Amino acid sequence: MAKASNIRLADVKKINSELFTLTYGSLVAQLIKDYEDDDEVNKQLEKMGYNVGIRLIEDFLAKSGIGMCADFKETADVISKVGFKMFLGVIPTVSNWSADGKEFSLLFDDNPLTDFVEIPPGHQNLLYSNIICGVLRGALEMVQMRVECRFLRDVLRGDDATELRVKLVELLQDEAPPSDE
Amino acid sequence: MSSTNFFVMVGKKDSPIFQLDLVGTERRGGADSKQKDDHRHLNQFIVHAALDVVEEAMWTTQSMYLKIVDKFNEYYLSAFVTAGHIKFLLLHDTRNDDGIRNFFQEVHELYMRTLLNPFYEPNTPITSTVFQNKVKVLSKRYL
Repeated sequence: MAKASNIRLADVKKINSELFTLTYGSLVAQLIKDYEDDDEVNKQLEKMGYNVGIRLIEDFLAKSGIGMCADFKETADVISKVGFKMFLGVIPTVSNWSADGKEFSLLFDDNPLTDFVEIPPGHQNLLYSNIICGVLRGALEMVQMRVECRFLRDVLRGDDATELRVKLVELLQDEAPPSDE
Repeated sequence: MSSTNFFVMVGKKDSPIFQLDLVGTERRGGADSKQKDDHRHLNQFIVHAALDVVEEAMWTTQSMYLKIVDKFNEYYLSAFVTAGHIKFLLLHDTRNDDGIRNFFQEVHELYMRTLLNPFYEPNTPITSTVFQNKVKVLSKRYL
């Protein structure tokens, strides 16, 4: 299985990471100018991430060829070791499992979205990388898991590390497609 | 003997971006500190007067470092112009070409990092204390 995913990973086209970082940066800067309220911007970033996630999951499953995960723990490992590696080139650490095994944390050593970024004073509530929360929520919803993601700590806000908390809310039953009426 | 150094960054339309007063050795005594205050206004005047000279000089050379472009009494003024026509000006009273060139290049790197920050608008003042501290460290190292 490792060989197959390596071959597929080579199909990925490369772009300059600085271009990507700058593009995301202008996106967030423009959102701030338009909405002016940090919480509103956070919400919009999450929504955008959700739209990305519901499409990204198909690409991910096609490229990685991974089948169903046995349990939530395996899901967490796949997200961090394959998913993040494939799309952002980083492998966050999975940690801080809750007692019931339904919540875990992802610890990021570095985040390509935030290279060179300094949040200006007056925007302390801004969650710069909130798009990642949306992506995870959207992607996992397409594989029948409803999760909640939020950033507990963020290096950009002055904390010592970046920590993203993922909580499994429920497993979705297959819903019947909307009827034609 | 102290070395006064006054560092200014000026934007494309002559808008001030950054300003830092650096004095080499500590002076003691009330009279001397009053002299320093007077000098501060004078330093700004000298720098502003030299802006025209820098504008002319930057078209004559291909390199970014313009060495000493102006002299006033005992002060020399060195300049460095970036690709985006941002002028770094250093007012100093001791000659130190190599050190100043290195200082300008390091500040240039710092400036490029600041530009990469999506929240920084080019040609606006740089207010980050991180930037200011880094420039202070660089000035101690090279000047």
